[in-house]
Amino acid sequence: MTLDYSSSFHYLVALLPECVLFVGGMGVLLAGVSKTDEQRRPELGWLALAVLAAAAVANGWLYSVSESGATAMIAVDKFRLFANWVFIVGAALTIAISLAYVSRQRLQAAEYYALIAFATVGMMVVAASRDLMIVFLGMETVSIAVYALAAFNRRDPRSAEAGLKYFLLGAFASGFLLFGIALIYGAAGSTNLQAIAVAVQDGAAAGGLMIPGMALLVTGFAFKVSAVPFHMWTPDAYEGAPTPVTAYMASAVKAAAFVAFARILFVGLDGVYDQWFPILWWIAAATMVVGNLVAVVQSSIKRMLAYSSIAHGGYLLVALVAANDAAAAGLLFYLFVYTVTTVGAFAVVVTVGRQSERDTAIEKYAGYGWRRPVLGTLMTLFLLSLAGFPGTGGFMAKFYVLQGAAEAHLWWLLVVLVLTTLVSYWYYLRVAWFMWMKEAPEGAVHRVGGATPFAIYVVLLVCGGIVLATGLLPGAAIDLAQGSVEGLRHWVAGTAPAH
Amino acid sequence: MLTYALPLSAALFAIGTLGVVVRRNAIVMFLCIELQLNAVNLAFVALSRQVGIEGQLFVFFVMTVAAAEAAVGLAIIIAVFRHQRTVQVDRFNLLRW
Amino acid sequence: MPSSSSSGATAPFADPASSALSEAAALPVQQAAVWEPFLPWMVVLLPLLGFVANGLLALVSATRSAAAVRAGGTEDSLSLDGGRPRTHRWPTYIGPGVMIAAFLLAIVNFAGMLGADLHEPVVAGPYWTWLATSSLRIDVALHLDQLSMIMMLVVTGVGSLIHVFSVGYMRDDPGYPRYFAYLNLFVFFMLVLVLGAGYPLMFVGWEGVGLCSYLLIGYWFADREKADAGKKAFIVNRIGDFGFLLAMFLLFDNIGALDFVSVFEGAEAAFSDNRALVTTATLLFMLGAAGKSAQVPLHVWLPDAMAGPTPVSALIHAATMVTAGVYVIARSSALFALAPASQAVVAGIGALTALLAATIALRQYDIKKVLAYSTVSQLGFMFLAAGVGAYTAAVFHLVTHAFFKALLFLGAGAVIHSLHHAFHETGSKADAQDMRNMGGLRAKMPVTWAVMGIATLAIAGVWPLAGFFSKDEIIWYAGAWAGAPGNANGSWYVVFWVVALATALLTAFYMTRLMVMTFHGRSRLGDAEQRHVHDSPWVMRAPLIVLAVLSVAGGLLNVPESLRVLVFGAAPFEWLHHWLEPVTHAAAEIQVAGMGEAAHQSPVGGGELTWALISTVAALAVVGGAFAVLRKRLYRTAAEDADPRTGLALALERKWYFDEAYDRAVVRPVLALSRWCWKIVDGIVIDGFVNLAAALARLAGWTTSLFHTGQVNTYAFVLALGVLAVLGAVYLP
Repeated sequence: MTLDYSSSFHYLVALLPECVLFVGGMGVLLAGVSKTDEQRRPELGWLALAVLAAAAVANGWLYSVSESGATAMIAVDKFRLFANWVFIVGAALTIAISLAYVSRQRLQAAEYYALIAFATVGMMVVAASRDLMIVFLGMETVSIAVYALAAFNRRDPRSAEAGLKYFLLGAFASGFLLFGIALIYGAAGSTNLQAIAVAVQDGAAAGGLMIPGMALLVTGFAFKVSAVPFHMWTPDAYEGAPTPVTAYMASAVKAAAFVAFARILFVGLDGVYDQWFPILWWIAAATMVVGNLVAVVQSSIKRMLAYSSIAHGGYLLVALVAANDAAAAGLLFYLFVYTVTTVGAFAVVVTVGRQSERDTAIEKYAGYGWRRPVLGTLMTLFLLSLAGFPGTGGFMAKFYVLQGAAEAHLWWLLVVLVLTTLVSYWYYLRVAWFMWMKEAPEGAVHRVGGATPFAIYVVLLVCGGIVLATGLLPGAAIDLAQGSVEGLRHWVAGTAPAH
Repeated sequence: MLTYALPLSAALFAIGTLGVVVRRNAIVMFLCIELQLNAVNLAFVALSRQVGIEGQLFVFFVMTVAAAEAAVGLAIIIAVFRHQRTVQVDRFNLLRW
Repeated sequence: MPSSSSSGATAPFADPASSALSEAAALPVQQAAVWEPFLPWMVVLLPLLGFVANGLLALVSATRSAAAVRAGGTEDSLSLDGGRPRTHRWPTYIGPGVMIAAFLLAIVNFAGMLGADLHEPVVAGPYWTWLATSSLRIDVALHLDQLSMIMMLVVTGVGSLIHVFSVGYMRDDPGYPRYFAYLNLFVFFMLVLVLGAGYPLMFVGWEGVGLCSYLLIGYWFADREKADAGKKAFIVNRIGDFGFLLAMFLLFDNIGALDFVSVFEGAEAAFSDNRALVTTATLLFMLGAAGKSAQVPLHVWLPDAMAGPTPVSALIHAATMVTAGVYVIARSSALFALAPASQAVVAGIGALTALLAATIALRQYDIKKVLAYSTVSQLGFMFLAAGVGAYTAAVFHLVTHAFFKALLFLGAGAVIHSLHHAFHETGSKADAQDMRNMGGLRAKMPVTWAVMGIATLAIAGVWPLAGFFSKDEIIWYAGAWAGAPGNANGSWYVVFWVVALATALLTAFYMTRLMVMTFHGRSRLGDAEQRHVHDSPWVMRAPLIVLAVLSVAGGLLNVPESLRVLVFGAAPFEWLHHWLEPVTHAAAEIQVAGMGEAAHQSPVGGGELTWALISTVAALAVVGGAFAVLRKRLYRTAAEDADPRTGLALALERKWYFDEAYDRAVVRPVLALSRWCWKIVDGIVIDGFVNLAAALARLAGWTTSLFHTGQVNTYAFVLALGVLAVLGAVYLP
């Protein structure tokens, strides 16, 4: 069917995955009300997974729906649908690694899973929006749900502190984002991305409001993707939040911010490329350098992965700066691989910590590989993928982004990217080195705990499989990513400037 | 009209920003953030007089979101208060670079 | 896996349908050269299968010992004495088995290629498309030509011998299956490196062998120093990879493809009016090659890499992996020929490395360290050859070096193995690798002595052993190209020639020293140890003997016309040179066009035969002289030898202070920078800004409480400053 938004029903169709997930999330919440006994907790998680599966079906069905024109507030394009896959996979993996954690920590299961569902709805909205108003709504839906998730463990003061820091700074940054939107609105006369693009093209938006508006918007998003120097909240929030939530923040939440950022930059602000190019260039370089260097000296694996996620944000920013089709497709592919790899790594962190916040010091990984060979092998695989080792998805993703950067002749950024990747080997391998090449301390041998939960094994195998598959046979995923960005940048037919 | 409203909005926004930077009480910091949001609302309303109705629409969304944010934010502040018996942010240092 | 192959005349990465068409069209023209490689992918796949099988066995073994520990046993309750468990029996057959099978397949393919008179490379595959974007397509395919065939034979052949040797050497190691898993994986990646049909695939192998090297250096990880050596190797190699990756993207940007066939076809057109670009790209490739092949100043990791088991040193850090840098330069010869400046740099780095490493080897006492620096030095020779455009000589020396250096390492391994066993039996804490603790082993280990003696004469360049022909050719070409009429760097080439001659003599000296200290003179072992020292079992002795034969006869591969008299005409005329001609002729043509023909005499006169005779006589004289002098010298054991060294001796023993320099110039600054970023950018701001604000407030007489803020405020402050900075940036042009 074709959507022309002549009736409100069309909006319902366009937002079908979001609706399914939202209603399902409500259902999870209600199901939690009726049963309070502990035995129900894992079932609520499985229910949430079922809801995500339904949303995935809806998302798949949307491929058969087309839209007339490309100006509507809600986009039904492949870019959005690909991003939705990333969010759904990220959320599902997060829920799977949360099942045992939530029971063990006696968290309020219904609220927890529902919040993840709602945050995912927000991400989908963000990915679908062709209007700054919807971008704002979606981003806030994500943020508010994740503030609550970060502070979710009420018994843990660190969790509360992480939540508060994230909340105050997040709301603060949203203020800048919003002010930027207001100024752009004033300059372009609309919040619709195409209208903005046209206004910029015609010179109607040349007034003094457009550029500061763009700058504020960029800083707002720079905060959301934790780019240097707007990254300071990240390590604190990631360290204090419950580990599965950290996994979610580092993967899907970051992906959502990047998807929205990409659409705004490539579509709405394409005309002022020359203005945002130097800003993002420097932010990208600084993010790669600081993120990678600081990760080297971390002693907690959660903080190390936090800085690693900052560093990966820097690589992804290179794709934004490159702003060509290869880079845009590379961005999507990278987000997918990075999401899967990160959640996989956090699944191991959760298991090592025995479904709590224990043993997050990297020294605690000494000899772990020999005690739990399967977990150790997979963790090594994830770390290698994060470092970008050939044969893993991480390499393919980085290669693709580098290709985009080379096509855009961003040689210096390319040099920075490769050099900082070199540094990253140091801290990723350090964990592997502890796992395999260091004797376990006395007594640690007996501390490996009980059996690894079934769901974690599933997550590890799925993530490991995807990391290898995208590294060795990435054809299908790359084709999908490539098809997903077709027409994204040149949707105002023929008017997109070549740079 | 716009020549007065926009500078006023910018000034309010700057005051809110300064407040977040210098105040230590989490609730006051949050109020300063609300001040920022309202400064944005002012800008939207003023601009919408010139360019169209969308700006006023946006204001409603901003207010709604601010309300939701307040609910979650205050809940988090209460959670912190239970642990620390204070909402002064300079006392929170469990998580430190 | 599908096994298809297409003739080399076709554009290998065109889409399959048209490729099939053009293949059909090309067939009549290529009648003479039709050659169907026989299961080439199987050669690569076999070691991978070996890795999977051995890896599973290693995991099973690890799980069992972990379970045993949990049940209250000890870490090594997996005792090897009472009946070897299956996890330790099967790798004996799987590990060497897959290697020998791969070697046999390689021979079959070699025979096929030999009969085919091939002029163009054959690209087997593509098996699947690895990456396909709008502008770049990377297929997984194998590039089969004369060069990769030679490499395939060396890797699988020498690899097989070393696998067999390892069966004896690692027999009592608790990590036996893990060892073979790593070793098989290494061979797999090495084959990907040499057979991959493009730079990206080569890079996969490139990184993979680095990883395996890291795993195997840190194999005995309980020793912290050894684990650190592994890390050092990995990081230094990454610096090289940086060059490789950047060079690859430069090629992509200018040629639009990364498979060898397209790159070399398009190189001249793409770079003809931009020589600076091709110089940059080749210099970056050289950086990568220097990292992998341990060239100055990136050589520091290789001697430390000797921390791994000795067969690993033989296979990875002498015979195969470290020659990958030479291979990549030889493979990219068409690019290097376009950039004479890069060539001169390669030659210069090679000459410098050869000399420096040889001097360091003079004063080392660890038998493996001597061999390691000798390897670095010989790799320098290969770089020198590649740099002056004598690619055949580089590959020739690569092959002969693989024979005699693998032999030297395995021989040293046999000595260490035996001494280690002896010290273990007697409870001595002496270092089994320190030559000061050896001496007089000839009587105890006659076979080892004999084969190592052959290898020593070979590496010293004594007629008629393998090293004589290959090293002589390198020295000869350095001198001959110095006299090429159009060579702008001619005077430098003369320097290279002199350095190469001098290094050859140093080589003869330090190798003789090694032989004397180990096998001759007074034995510095205790009587108790003496009884336990003996030659190795046959499973270790057989590979030594095979390698010794190859070290003797390897030189016959490439005997130039003027030297044929030295082998009484027994060898075919420059066989290797003709064999490699299809690969190197493009580079040779460009070089001759740019520089003119090489001279027919050395810079100081004299033809090839004259200088070959001079050098072999000189080498023999050094060997004999050193032997006579050193044999009488009384060495003290490591424990007794406590005299502080001074002057040059100290500098040599400290390896010209490279490690110290790196520590000061790189390691400490990077760590300091990390801490600085952490503390300043992420930390001090928190305290610093606060303190600054408070101080300002005090100065102004305000209340400080306003500025006594918390962490969150500071984060917000930095954020606001960032916004101001961005706003400033858009307004300031």
